[in-house]
Amino acid sequence: MAMNGKGEELDASKLKVLEFDGIVVGGGGSGLMASLQLAQSGFKTAVVSKVFPTRSHTVSAQGGITCAIQSADPDDDWRWHMYDTVKGSDFIGDQDSIEYMCQEGPKAVFELEHMGLPFSRTEEGKIYQRAFGGQSKDYGKGGQAERTCAAADRTGHALLHTLYQANLKAGTNFLSEWFAVDLVKNGDNQVVGVIAFEIETGEPYFLKSKATVLATGGAGRIYQTTSNAMINTGDGTGMVLRAGFPVQDMEMWQFHPTGIYGHGTLVTEGCRGEGGYLVNKDGERFMERYAPNYKDLASRDVVARSMMLEILEGRGCGPDADHVYLKLDHLGPEIVHKRLPGITELSKTFAHVDPVEHPIPVVPTCHYAMGGIPTNVHGQVLTQATDGTDNVVHGLYAAGEAACVSVHGGNRLGGNSLLDLIVFGRSAGLHIENALKDGITLSKATNEDIDQALVNLNRVNISSTGEDVATVKAELQKNMQLNFGVFRTGDLMEKGLVELENIREKTQNIHLTDKSSRFNTARVEALELLNLIEVAQATAVCANERKESRGAHARDDFQERDDENWLKHSIYFADTKEVTKRDVNFRPKTVQAFQPIVRSY
Amino acid sequence: MDAIASKSISSINLSIYRYDPDSGKKPFMQDLSIDIPEGQDIMVLDLLNMAKEQDPSISFRRSCGEGVCGSDGMNINGKNGLGCITPLSEALKGNKIVLRPLPGLPVIKDLIVDMKQFVDQYKKIKPYLINDEEKPEREIKQTVEEREKLDGLYECIMCGCCSTACPSFWWNPDKFLGPAALLQAHRFISDSRDTATEERLDQLEDAFSVFKCHGIMNCVSVCPKGLNPTKAINEIKKKLVKRAL
Repeated sequence: MAMNGKGEELDASKLKVLEFDGIVVGGGGSGLMASLQLAQSGFKTAVVSKVFPTRSHTVSAQGGITCAIQSADPDDDWRWHMYDTVKGSDFIGDQDSIEYMCQEGPKAVFELEHMGLPFSRTEEGKIYQRAFGGQSKDYGKGGQAERTCAAADRTGHALLHTLYQANLKAGTNFLSEWFAVDLVKNGDNQVVGVIAFEIETGEPYFLKSKATVLATGGAGRIYQTTSNAMINTGDGTGMVLRAGFPVQDMEMWQFHPTGIYGHGTLVTEGCRGEGGYLVNKDGERFMERYAPNYKDLASRDVVARSMMLEILEGRGCGPDADHVYLKLDHLGPEIVHKRLPGITELSKTFAHVDPVEHPIPVVPTCHYAMGGIPTNVHGQVLTQATDGTDNVVHGLYAAGEAACVSVHGGNRLGGNSLLDLIVFGRSAGLHIENALKDGITLSKATNEDIDQALVNLNRVNISSTGEDVATVKAELQKNMQLNFGVFRTGDLMEKGLVELENIREKTQNIHLTDKSSRFNTARVEALELLNLIEVAQATAVCANERKESRGAHARDDFQERDDENWLKHSIYFADTKEVTKRDVNFRPKTVQAFQPIVRSY
Repeated sequence: MDAIASKSISSINLSIYRYDPDSGKKPFMQDLSIDIPEGQDIMVLDLLNMAKEQDPSISFRRSCGEGVCGSDGMNINGKNGLGCITPLSEALKGNKIVLRPLPGLPVIKDLIVDMKQFVDQYKKIKPYLINDEEKPEREIKQTVEEREKLDGLYECIMCGCCSTACPSFWWNPDKFLGPAALLQAHRFISDSRDTATEERLDQLEDAFSVFKCHGIMNCVSVCPKGLNPTKAINEIKKKLVKRAL
């Protein structure tokens, strides 16, 4: 029975049921890596994606995959990459996870190359690697490294299409343009599948599975200005919070330095890796003042803040002095056209500027969630007991930007997100594969359990009066932009938190005017808003609670890093709206842990 | 930007194709007047988003908003393109803009077409690398020149603008593979790492799969990524002919 205009309430008896060994919610890089692993092993696997998989946001990644494959430098070492990542995270990245990612990375990158990913090449026919921010040789002592494997400036597109193609070959089932609404839990607090509907028909389903992977990506749409696709609404994060499980480090949002002014669309850090640099209205290369060694290739949080300071101190460009310029015009047409063809297109389209001739106007834009659903290195979702210990949530996995494994801690290095996707998408797939081989037994969900997961969908479907979705969403985004942006302060955040409470009230009372069944995008947007509010509130509460400045979280009222109190992850549950702390992992298996030092570039 | 500013257009007459088979109503064109911000050259997708605020039931696909995900292929004043990277200054005729779904595919609702035929043709060409040799521990080597052969082929975003602008595809959507799938076929034929070239050519050697392309070149004129499927198709034809001689 498709959902229809009569406003009928759904219950467990009205749902169709499909059963799989593993379902993956999300068709981006991490989801397709997990599904590939499972499908190749012969397990009945489905990818549930609200868009056709190649429309997922991984497609927009430009610069590359950072990984010590020893192509540009035969002496490169994954341990140096690990050091950079730990330092980049401002020391709250988990060192066991970072170790795993940096060590396993080369295997995963070569696997992708064997699948057909069209990497750019060096003169020797090896994978081309370029310089990116925060990269060093010899534990920060050997100068700038070139470690980011690239397919021109379209690496995400090349990666996502390659993975989609490999999944077609492996026989993965695609439930394309299906929207996952909520997790279904059994009486033992284990996850046994999701409620989803086929967008084309409006037909609701219970998708039963022995393992459910949330690979739902980021949620940059909580902000007004973002590089994120319109689909990045934190759907998995919302589902997890509503199911009573926590999220971690949600205050940590990366603002990418080079969003195109007035639009937010990104131009890659690879521009600076290829020799581009930022200038203020006086034509000064100001990053030389803020980061004397790494200059424009300091890590993203540092560059974004420096740009904002230039603007706040009156040295911004343009009639409103509200942006700076990214200069590429000195590189010459050959480098720009060969290495950065995609950003040439974007710059012409959105800034009306040909980067070969003129600088691109840029301003920091919300780009990436370092925080997310806490997991171990196998992608298993973790919850926190009242005594502070970690417990695995059986049946539930998360990977990619939706997850917080935590390899990025307080600040992600460029090129590490694609590496995170493939390494941890793969490791989740591997763990599920082994668990399925050993046999997974989860008790069945009762009809009441299933009905519980239908509450949100029903509320939207039967609404007869209430708030307008687009209006409430705009209020939410404006509030986050104003009060929880690049620089934060207690007074503003307190105000923002009160405002968010009002906005939450409104989201609980939204009205879906169009109740039709067929490809009802208004229904999808209403449900997405319910996810955005969960993410926004988690972000706001954690940001106000973390009384220090670390990584991307910069407070005017607490300007120093406070290792004594906050060398910790923040953990947030939606029902209490309270923040607890969780220890950061300092126990890598094969190397000595890197201890916190003053972070300078 | 200048085109809009000089004409000082502040409101646009938007005409959108509307159809919901479940409603029992025939398809119709809905006319809306949309006020746009002064002096700014917004994109067609921005205009559609503003229209959706007036009428939330208007349905279209969209995601990245920057021309790389391929969601919002549509027919804009008679020409296929992506809503998110087509500026009004380029698309407007007077102050009017007419939006229809991509032609030739079944309409699911409003501007949303059923892409199944399109994707099925893509699947037919085995759109993945086939390499039956033993894999090295590192990457399979490829020279800069070999890699350059993939430029202009791998960048396809599967938006469907080309195939749905192609009369040969309208006529034989089940037998003629269409420009998008053939571009992909050529991407793998051209890849020095792929060992299945002969097998791929075998599969294309019939009267329809490739040879129904008559070089009309609509695909080239509409491709939002500036790719040239006709050229790729000609290369395949040449290889097939050369093999037959």
